[in-house]
Amino acid sequence: MATEAHPVVHEAPKGFLWKYIFSVDHKVIGIQYYLLALVAVFVGIFLSLLMRLHLVWPSAELPFFGKMTPEQYLALMTMHGTIMVFFVLTTAPQSGFGNYFLPIQIGAPDMAFPRLNMLSFWFTFLAFVVLVAAFFVTGGAPISGWTAYVPLSAVGEIAGSGLGLGQSLWIISIAIFAGASLMGALNFITTTLDLRTKGMSLFRMPLTVWAWFITAILALLAFAVLLAAGILLLLDRHAGTSFFIPGGLVITGKLLPHQGGSPLLWQHLFWFFGHPEVYISILPGMGVTSHILATFARKPVFGYRAMVYAICAIALLGLSVWGHHMFTSGMSPYSAFAFSLLTMSIGVPSAIKTFNWLGTLWGGQIRFTVAMLFALGFVSLFVTGGLSGLFLAQPAVDLPLHDTYFVVGHFHLIMGVAAIFGIFAATYYWFPKMFGRFLSEPLGKAHFWLTFIGVYAIFMPMHFIGLSGHPRRYSETTAVPFLGELDPVHYFMTMAAFMTAAAQLIFVFNFFWSLWRGKKAVELNPWEATTLEWTVPSPPPHDNFLGRYPVIYRGPYEYSVPGAEKDFVPQHLPGDGRGPGASASQ
Amino acid sequence: MAQNRSGLGSGWVAAAFALILILLTFSTIYIFVGRVWWFPEPANSFAEAIDKQFGRTLFITGVVFFFAQLGLAYVIWRYRDRGQRAHYSHGNNVLEVLWTSATIILFLGLGIAAERAWASLHFQGASLGALPVEITGKQFQWYFRYPGQDGQFGRTAPELIDAAVGNPLGVDYDDPAAQDDIVSQLMAVPRNQEIEVILRSQDVTHSFFVRELRFKQDAVPGMTIRLHFRGEKLGAYDIVCAELCGQSHYDMNTKLVVMPPDEFNRIVSSQDEYYKWEDEFNTDVEDRP
Repeated sequence: MATEAHPVVHEAPKGFLWKYIFSVDHKVIGIQYYLLALVAVFVGIFLSLLMRLHLVWPSAELPFFGKMTPEQYLALMTMHGTIMVFFVLTTAPQSGFGNYFLPIQIGAPDMAFPRLNMLSFWFTFLAFVVLVAAFFVTGGAPISGWTAYVPLSAVGEIAGSGLGLGQSLWIISIAIFAGASLMGALNFITTTLDLRTKGMSLFRMPLTVWAWFITAILALLAFAVLLAAGILLLLDRHAGTSFFIPGGLVITGKLLPHQGGSPLLWQHLFWFFGHPEVYISILPGMGVTSHILATFARKPVFGYRAMVYAICAIALLGLSVWGHHMFTSGMSPYSAFAFSLLTMSIGVPSAIKTFNWLGTLWGGQIRFTVAMLFALGFVSLFVTGGLSGLFLAQPAVDLPLHDTYFVVGHFHLIMGVAAIFGIFAATYYWFPKMFGRFLSEPLGKAHFWLTFIGVYAIFMPMHFIGLSGHPRRYSETTAVPFLGELDPVHYFMTMAAFMTAAAQLIFVFNFFWSLWRGKKAVELNPWEATTLEWTVPSPPPHDNFLGRYPVIYRGPYEYSVPGAEKDFVPQHLPGDGRGPGASASQ
Repeated sequence: MAQNRSGLGSGWVAAAFALILILLTFSTIYIFVGRVWWFPEPANSFAEAIDKQFGRTLFITGVVFFFAQLGLAYVIWRYRDRGQRAHYSHGNNVLEVLWTSATIILFLGLGIAAERAWASLHFQGASLGALPVEITGKQFQWYFRYPGQDGQFGRTAPELIDAAVGNPLGVDYDDPAAQDDIVSQLMAVPRNQEIEVILRSQDVTHSFFVRELRFKQDAVPGMTIRLHFRGEKLGAYDIVCAELCGQSHYDMNTKLVVMPPDEFNRIVSSQDEYYKWEDEFNTDVEDRP
């Protein structure tokens, strides 16, 4: 009985509130996460534009700020990083698309725990509200960066503005977010393990599902530690404990009563979360890229199993490389050696993925949809951003580069922009399934070209000024003599940032225009793809499969099978794809 | 299937994409090889060793970058949809093993080659006879303390810290060893003499960074970190803070002056001599256009 195998089927909700706000439907929750990330990404972009303006015109009058002070700059920087890392890069690819498509791609009617799913979204939403509130309290938002290094983040406002209530709100927000992520991770893992439809063995799962599944395991391990670290930091700030604050600190002339804490303990706990977080952001993008490259190259993914093993290896190694953020921290130099070799090793599965993507394209029949363009852009950005990591992974070479713009360029390309390209690829690909209409392809192409050129123009020069020794997190370049000569580069990057941000307006217009006016997605399977989401209506009904659960007969990427009638054989089709009814997949 | 077939394999998209990748590849390689922006000249052999390892890494990553980006450009152009049937293949285990082993050897080899420079800085302590200099970071100043003629640092205590009365480091001037300690905001070292850095922070985490030495180390409150360097070229170098330490982080900088040993010995002969030199240096800097 299908209902026994799928115990989570619940009644379709009635009334606007239960259908769209407090929905337990994974699809509505996925869209809620996506829209939250969409709001967050524009806040984040806006903050970065203000920073870019301030860097080139430090005494200019800016909207909302007038002449910006150094602490305002640092507050923008902290909030930009926090919003982008947590509420965009963690929220959209995993919680947004993962929620929407993981159950459908494995043939399930919903997530394993629908109510928990709703709860994790509303916790995430609450976390965002608490974070943004930090802008509006006395002292403003915190200035300690998204890494919140102690003691700066632990000792309160005597160390600087925004470090009072603003910093507390920041920690509370992150703790709530961590709780929400833990609930989400449990749901993803249970759903993947327990709710796969008949025939959907682990090695028949689409690579997107593999990526969401492994990412959920990483999130479970990493966010638990962040949650604990956040609570300890709150206790240090408000309960007089000293987990992170050592004795003998004198801040603005005042001797603090703390003793016995360790600033390095915070760094270890933070980066034990922080490095896996990089993979939490990027693994779903890798899954989406593999999925889309296969669809539009009309070829099976090259080395499917190698891709699965590479995802697992990246996750496993990703949990044991956090020390490469701490080569100059005062950590034991012997452990730096171990962290370095582990970090260099993580380049291996990353390289495997790149080779296999090229192998997938090789001999293909490439259709340049906008989704495909973004997936191809992802590969290019992943290569570029990944290679600069090999410099930073070596402690000796890291010495001159650590905490310079080289690092900023590196992580923006690999973690920020590549992951965003994954999100865009997924958006253009799945929009017709989610909303029943296509995004405009011509507008999408304009969006792609400007963005692809723009992001390289913003972030490549950062590597070069990093070589020159330009430290990051400097609100002005006026105080250090050698920074003056790098000002023209800053000017160039600011121009590129404005162009790229403008290109995102094309996307916003396209998104909302297409929601109501886009070309209707009449066919269930417009991209001629093989996985289960293309067998259900657009948008799918409440329980996805109308109670008729599909049976799976083959792997996820059977494109261009010799002898088959069409160049794609869907997963749910019986037989070998050669019979007369073989392409009757709607 | 009009949606996904008409014009999607069109040549101009493939050509434009390939062209962007080619431009990206060659302009990046030009900027790195032509050293349009580069590290400042190294001021000692340690910095040269690091530059050498950077060069090795640049070569290997450069080759991978070149072939990966141009490979991508090639497949985009070569395999654009012109109505051909895609080649059905699930992969090739020989290729998987080959490129996995190649990257393991390349990346781990690089990682192991990098350890010598790291070991010379970290695994060996400063040699006997190295000149100790205590460096303290506080929001938003660097302080340097020299032991003076007796070669001994005086005792310090956090309760004694009071910048207003001229004791920013909390030196206990009742300790005889403290009497000749020199506390300054400008760092002088003799050329070719090994310096033992004793790094501290009073408040939050800072990071001591001198580009020309390729030397960077966090100053962590509650820890005393000992490292060493040698200034082999005369000159004045910027010392900046590389770890976010608060609102004036961008303004926490001073100079390291590598000078002939004679001159150094003269200025550390007494506190007065040192402060005289400091004044002269600062006036000199202000007079410059």
